Amino acid sequence: MDLRSRVPAGPIEQKWDKHRFEMKLVNPANKRKYTVIVVGTGLAGGSAAATLSELGYNVKCFCFQDSPRRAHSIAAQGGINAAKNYQNDGDSIYRLFYDTVKGGDYRSREANVYRLAQISVNIIDQCVAQGVPFAREYGGLLANRSFGGAQVSRTFYARGQTGQQLLLGAYQALEKEIQRGGVTMYPRTEMLDLVVVNGQARGIVVRDMVTGEISSHAGDAVVLGTGGYGNVFYLSTNAKGSNATAIWRAHRRGAAFANPCYTQIHPTCIPVSGSYQSKLTLMSESLRNDGRVWVPKQQGDPRPPNQIPEAERDYYLERRYPSFGNLVPRDVASRAAKEQCDGGHGVGPGGYGVYLDFAEAIGRLGEATIRERYGNLFEMYERITDEDPYQVPMRIYPAVHYTMGGLWVDYNLMSTIPGLHVIGEANFSDHGANRLGASALMQGLADGYFVLPYTIGDYLATARPAPVTTSQREFAEAEAATRERTARMLAIGGSRTVDSFHRELGQLLWDKCGMARNAAGLREALARIPELREAFWRDVNVPGSHAELNQALEKAGRVADFLELAELMCRDALHREESCGGHFREEHQTPDGEALRDDEHFAYVAAWEYAGEDREAVLHREPLDFEYVHLAQRSYK
Amino acid sequence: MKVTLRVWRQRGPGAPGRLERYEADDVSPEMSFLEMLDVVNEKLIAAGDLPIAFDHDCREGICGSCSLMIDGVAHGPMQGTATCQLHMRSFADGAEIVVEPWRARAFPVIRDLVVDRSALDRIIQAGGYVSVDTGGAPDGNAIPIAKAAVERAMDAAQCIGCGACVAACPNGSASLFTAAKISHLGLLPQGQPERYRRALRMVAQMDAESFGGCSWFGECQEACPKEISIDTITRMNADFIRGGTVARADGSR
Ligand code: FES
Repeated sequence: MDLRSRVPAGPIEQKWDKHRFEMKLVNPANKRKYTVIVVGTGLAGGSAAATLSELGYNVKCFCFQDSPRRAHSIAAQGGINAAKNYQNDGDSIYRLFYDTVKGGDYRSREANVYRLAQISVNIIDQCVAQGVPFAREYGGLLANRSFGGAQVSRTFYARGQTGQQLLLGAYQALEKEIQRGGVTMYPRTEMLDLVVVNGQARGIVVRDMVTGEISSHAGDAVVLGTGGYGNVFYLSTNAKGSNATAIWRAHRRGAAFANPCYTQIHPTCIPVSGSYQSKLTLMSESLRNDGRVWVPKQQGDPRPPNQIPEAERDYYLERRYPSFGNLVPRDVASRAAKEQCDGGHGVGPGGYGVYLDFAEAIGRLGEATIRERYGNLFEMYERITDEDPYQVPMRIYPAVHYTMGGLWVDYNLMSTIPGLHVIGEANFSDHGANRLGASALMQGLADGYFVLPYTIGDYLATARPAPVTTSQREFAEAEAATRERTARMLAIGGSRTVDSFHRELGQLLWDKCGMARNAAGLREALARIPELREAFWRDVNVPGSHAELNQALEKAGRVADFLELAELMCRDALHREESCGGHFREEHQTPDGEALRDDEHFAYVAAWEYAGEDREAVLHREPLDFEYVHLAQRSYK
Repeated sequence: MKVTLRVWRQRGPGAPGRLERYEADDVSPEMSFLEMLDVVNEKLIAAGDLPIAFDHDCREGICGSCSLMIDGVAHGPMQGTATCQLHMRSFADGAEIVVEPWRARAFPVIRDLVVDRSALDRIIQAGGYVSVDTGGAPDGNAIPIAKAAVERAMDAAQCIGCGACVAACPNGSASLFTAAKISHLGLLPQGQPERYRRALRMVAQMDAESFGGCSWFGECQEACPKEISIDTITRMNADFIRGGTVARADGSR
């Protein structure tokens, strides 16, 4: 397996410029002869599809939602980072680069992260030009807020709906190109397989979710911007439809899957309220700017929060991390909350919650200021919990939020299958073992607007893919396999619903491969997942038929893939005998409970190759070199 | 708590539909409305029936997928709340609840509670954007924008494109949806070059789809989960009228 990163030589500041010059270009007149298939219309896919069309490529774009505007990027609340240094507080491209490598616990590729930091400034300019209504100061200039893992204020935001506004910007650009005729849009269409011809990604198999028709589309390159796999846990902050099928099917066709065990547990979500819970709701991390996290010092303290005096509260983040306080990175904050709850200090039903208290900030800044900053988040909280956070502290608990792992890509964002490019959360590239807040939006848009549109040209100009049509054998075979699999699921007629399997898988993963992992638990999960998979294929009940809108069938296909992916996550977590970022192995911690990396043995990307059903995936390693940011134990104290 | 549901069931686009009755026992007041439907669906599947199809995705009121008429009200009884954020505590124990899909000529039913809202995308295609391609944008701070203007633009930009305004309107008009986008972009300096052309084109597309006109009932702003104001429609009308004048003067259009 070829894991050459193709990072250009030279000083890090010059790599991207140099690379852009060295890449081959496609003659403008030839671009429309190339068809690029883009799957997913979130920040990455939507921006890529629009930009490729602007450049003159013929684009076919697919999403499972009824409109490209509904992709899950829309739910991102807090903001987007950019090294603008508008606040004059010492920010720079280098500092954003440094913070991101450090925040990722030294498990990302330096050159990729540097490029991300460079491009961050262009993203803000582009979005402003599109009419994204970022928050402004009275003087009319752009406002910023602080976010976890940084000591400068570099996060741009549009109230608590930054993802929505950025996505609508990309969506509008996409609609502009649809109108112009450069993009053909296929909504309510789900990718179910990748078609590889002569070793190159040449098309996809899709299901029309209204008629049930299975068909395929051919192109000269395929781009996956299909998001992360957090829904493998069943309960997560992801949208209900978010799934891993596109990337998992590509993995089965030969794309290496990198660092599947790196999952991010977000510290500030609304706690679970009952067994019927269908998803978890995030409360933006930006709340930690003004909210103070605490638990009662006394275990199982039954008093309501307002009756617990200051002296009997433990502001444990401020106590343990005096310099970052409530703004420590997500993995650190999540683990600390879990420790408090495991130690009996948790609050709310079941003891799975900690307080996020705004009383001090309201006293200092006034309720009006807090309302202006977080009004819609407070409303959202009240709507769900029926409690008023202006009066009583919020209760929060960590929840699965983002997956840093994903398909392996080189510096050009191309996977191990030539022609298959992977962008946004679906790839593994920029966040290492932990993503900093407000960096997902930045990466999605960097990949889609400013990286992929260049690198794909280089691929097309170099590889010069031969003409291909869907009447070729590989397409027919892939379609037939998809039809057969669908028919098999519908024919089982067992006794359990798809959701019941999904919940069971999710609980198992949360317990054994969640915020903290250990070898015994992972081995147990590795034994149980194949059993669960076997039970699924024997006893699941998928009602209805193939040739109609069938939401149970859609879910069944996705859960079947989660049941395979989960095993790879556990295998990766078991092999990585160290703690780093979101991957915390209980066997590997410092005396005061912080993650303990093993740079000597694990400073590499774990890229797994699919070896066939019921065969163990094969591990390949891409070594990580740190030339600029020297390896150190992260400290936020 | 217990509730009785009467739910619109329709197998496909052309098929006949009717209200079916379902009993939901074991409902917790903390459940969201969609979680209550999930529980009903699990039981339907276990009993060998087909689950109720409905659109949903984010379940936090931002993607605009969910779309139910609940007791004849778009998104149900809570103001400023999408169906997915509605909780069962808003209903009385023992209540009978009628659940229907969006009802509008421009939104044909696909199945049960799922409708086709692609007409809204086509309105955006007609001009709901600033025509800037990627690259070449000036510095984000090059043009200062008054805070108040951005705030007003943001009020309109919050639209989630769910279509509740259309479903609530006796005319089935998409005026609030269209006006929200025209206002968002028209309030910002970046939206000025195409301001009037945008209004003309988007309104023309709205008319070309099967939406009705606006006769100022105001039901749309009551139903809007983001509480977008019908003031935006005044703005749309003004831009549309001015657009006609501008177009005649410079021969564009
Ligand atoms: S499901 Fe996204 S708004 Fe209701």
